[in-house]
Amino acid sequence: MTVFRFEVIVSLKPSLLDPQGKAVEGSLPAMGWTNVKDVRVGKVVELTVDAPDETAARAQVEEMAVRLLSNPVIEDYRILEVEEIA
Amino acid sequence: MSRSGARVGVVTFPGSNDDRDALRAVECMGGTGVSLWHGDMELGDVDAVILPGGFSYGDYLRTGAIARFAPMLGAVRGFAERGGPVLGICNGFQILCEAGLLPGALIRNRSLRFVCRLVDVRVETTSTPITSESRRGDVLEIPVKHGEGQFVCSDEELRRLQAEELVVFRYVTPEGEIDDDANPNGSRDAIAGVRNDRGNVVGMMPHPEHAVDPDVGPTGGRPLFESLLSRVLERVS
Repeated sequence: MTVFRFEVIVSLKPSLLDPQGKAVEGSLPAMGWTNVKDVRVGKVVELTVDAPDETAARAQVEEMAVRLLSNPVIEDYRILEVEEIA
Repeated sequence: MSRSGARVGVVTFPGSNDDRDALRAVECMGGTGVSLWHGDMELGDVDAVILPGGFSYGDYLRTGAIARFAPMLGAVRGFAERGGPVLGICNGFQILCEAGLLPGALIRNRSLRFVCRLVDVRVETTSTPITSESRRGDVLEIPVKHGEGQFVCSDEELRRLQAEELVVFRYVTPEGEIDDDANPNGSRDAIAGVRNDRGNVVGMMPHPEHAVDPDVGPTGGRPLFESLLSRVLERVS
């Protein structure tokens, strides 16, 4: 068995207004950054999985992302590059 | 009419904080409140179930996301599938959406602020256990208190909710008109509550359990408990 490290990025679907992103966007000009638009705030879930190989690990992370880490009604997810750590 | 035969279960999760109010409201309205525990597998002898408000499991990850895996939710799901009346209030609504028992989802309020105020909601359908004794268009004054109560769904889902009359309540003015100022959280189409296809599962952000006692405020919740308890009695008798 091998340990793989994953990052799953969860973000609100583009069709939904992101109130957190809007609030951040609204405060940036006050600090002098007037050229920023389209700010959206999501979250990163870091985890490690002990699995026989990368394919199995990724398939499991995929399933976890759909069933728990994101809510497919409102969110999209992306699984970032895997790192083999042990 | 005596309603003492109706037994309404209220599930307590770690972080629930309106469970006692819900039990008290049931008792105030003449029913029997039955306290249920999230870790138990059985509902026992109840005629209806309420998932109360609060911050179940700290609302970690997403509101309601962890609570839906509680052992008791398996029993609630089975009860709902058999046609049993289930009402989710606030966090309970969020849990039912996460569990896939109700359409849509609830996200951060448009204002980004926690809202705690009285709202007016309009009854949009009487085909639910909590509105069966109301009339369409009735306006009820009930409090809301939430940070994540903005109802959202896809365009396609919204069309389905409208066409199949799955919207149970909308935020309105005291006169019953839809108005952006009357919508406390930016909910899509001013939706304050929805039901499932069969009509036995209902979720709502406003708190009817806080609006049954005339000594402490408005009583917009009373008709909803009256419907629930009388409907339950019909099933019992």
